[in-house]
Amino acid sequence: MDVGARRDLLLVHRMTPLLEVQDLYVTYYSRTGAAIPALAGLSFDLRPGEILGVLGESGSGKSTLATALVRLPLANGKIEKGTVTFEGQNLLRATPRELERIRGGRIALIFQEPSLALHPTLPAGEQVSDVLAAHKSLSRKALRERTLQLFADLFPGVESRRIADSYPHQLSGGQRQRVLLAQAIACTPSLIVADEPTASLDPITQQEILSLFRTLRLQLNLSIILITHNPALLVGLAERVLVMYAGRVAEMGPTRDVLSSPRHPYTRALLRCLPSPFDGDLAGRKMKLPLIPGELRRSTQLTGGCEFEPRCTERMDVCTTRAPALVALSEAHNVSCFKYGG
Amino acid sequence: MEPLLRVENLMKQYADNRPLGERREVTALAGVSLSIYAGKITALVGESGSGKSTLALCLACLERPSSGSIWFEGRDITALGEDEQRRVRPKLQLVFQDPAGSLNPRLTALEIVSEPLIIQKRFQTQERFERAWALLERVGIPGEKAGQRPDEFSGGQRQRLAIARALALEPKLLILDEALAALDCSVQAQIANLLLELQSSLGLTCLFITHDFAMAAHLADEIGVMDHGRIVELGAAEKILRAPENKATLSQLAATPRFRRIANPLAVL
Repeated sequence: MDVGARRDLLLVHRMTPLLEVQDLYVTYYSRTGAAIPALAGLSFDLRPGEILGVLGESGSGKSTLATALVRLPLANGKIEKGTVTFEGQNLLRATPRELERIRGGRIALIFQEPSLALHPTLPAGEQVSDVLAAHKSLSRKALRERTLQLFADLFPGVESRRIADSYPHQLSGGQRQRVLLAQAIACTPSLIVADEPTASLDPITQQEILSLFRTLRLQLNLSIILITHNPALLVGLAERVLVMYAGRVAEMGPTRDVLSSPRHPYTRALLRCLPSPFDGDLAGRKMKLPLIPGELRRSTQLTGGCEFEPRCTERMDVCTTRAPALVALSEAHNVSCFKYGG
Repeated sequence: MEPLLRVENLMKQYADNRPLGERREVTALAGVSLSIYAGKITALVGESGSGKSTLALCLACLERPSSGSIWFEGRDITALGEDEQRRVRPKLQLVFQDPAGSLNPRLTALEIVSEPLIIQKRFQTQERFERAWALLERVGIPGEKAGQRPDEFSGGQRQRLAIARALALEPKLLILDEALAALDCSVQAQIANLLLELQSSLGLTCLFITHDFAMAAHLADEIGVMDHGRIVELGAAEKILRAPENKATLSQLAATPRFRRIANPLAVL
């Protein structure tokens, strides 16, 4: 294929998103019946082969998003409305049978704690071949071969067969995370949703796992939604960043734009509270870090205004009157704040 | 200057008994030597499995080392009997990574913070509660929340509670083992500020154990780098950040994701 044709193909891909979430509302109901909104009109799209970083504090709705995307049961939670269009199909209308095919087959989920996500009394290899067996009709021999091939791919240069025969407790945190990745890619899905996949790993292992994400994305043309609270991880990895606040998009755009010239007051506040880099000027050491005043509201009611207003240092009169709409600053960079029109 | 605590050639081996395998020994600490000075924050960084947490447990007298010594207040505390260690433990307090798992869900915040005083039979009831009240205020938990239980607090507030409880016995050394790892970066910043504030107001001595080099670089006066059960580099934080020498230090510095804080956030407008 010549370069021009390839570029055309890329453009076509750009135009048809792999995943499109529109106006998604998820609400949790407490024992007393109080409604707690977790996602409140979330909309975004994901292109084929794209890595999207989802950034936000605990309680911003990040993990609810991961669960709701594949329609896994939400404890006391309910998807109220919206559409999730994946490969042309609205997942919110899909039958249980169709969902079974999609979960693990077309969309794979990776959770934060690799030691909890794996069964403690089954060998790692068996847990990967179980995923294959659930989606494909393969002979036992073919299953074993495909499983060992996956382990050989994910554990290059080590005795991958020994790892496949090991139990989770015999593996390190990084190795367990690789087993989860083997499960995730076993059926060659087109989307992986990873919720804080490296939070419990040390930086060296963390970088190994993230570069594995990069490699797999290229090899398998995967799209990846990478949910994290650490913006530093997304530099050089994600094409775009979605900053979530109180179940809505606060800001979304190319990683470079969002992280180096953030526009939403929340994104700015979030990035300011990180410790400064330690390779140049060390003057910022031991100084108080700028904080975001207040806390993410865990209220039962949406205020009707901008949810960030109570913590915002740049609030205006209009902020309490209605929720700001998403404003396009450029073709790809959107922000929901009245400072830019709203 | 005389260190508050001096660790000499500390070793710890664990037996690794597999049901159908040969008996093996796993070396967690392979000769650690370290001095901790009063009023300083000493950060200990290292990969998972490098022995950081084992060292923390040995320092807090919760695990007995296989050999070596820990000199504290003129004595080798590893050589003390159980009764005497019990009297040393209040002075060396530990805060763990998971605040939800380390707080009793059935107690209120005020009870959690006064419990160490009850166990150690310090003060009368009235003074215990007054002290607990003051500690909650010190770590930034407002008085009206003193009657709430752990599940009503956010992750950051729970970690504040765990710190308040550790401070209740006025320890000489506060050991924080990955105490920020489970928190959001905005909450990490709050707890980091709290530690700096406690250092300047109380002269708190801290051993800050982490795999986050960026936070270690921000908080520490001294940095120790651990690798395979040894301390491979130790010294003033500025020196280690500017001119790291050991290979393990270099590779950890290289792997730490860094983020340039926006110098002037208003400039982009």
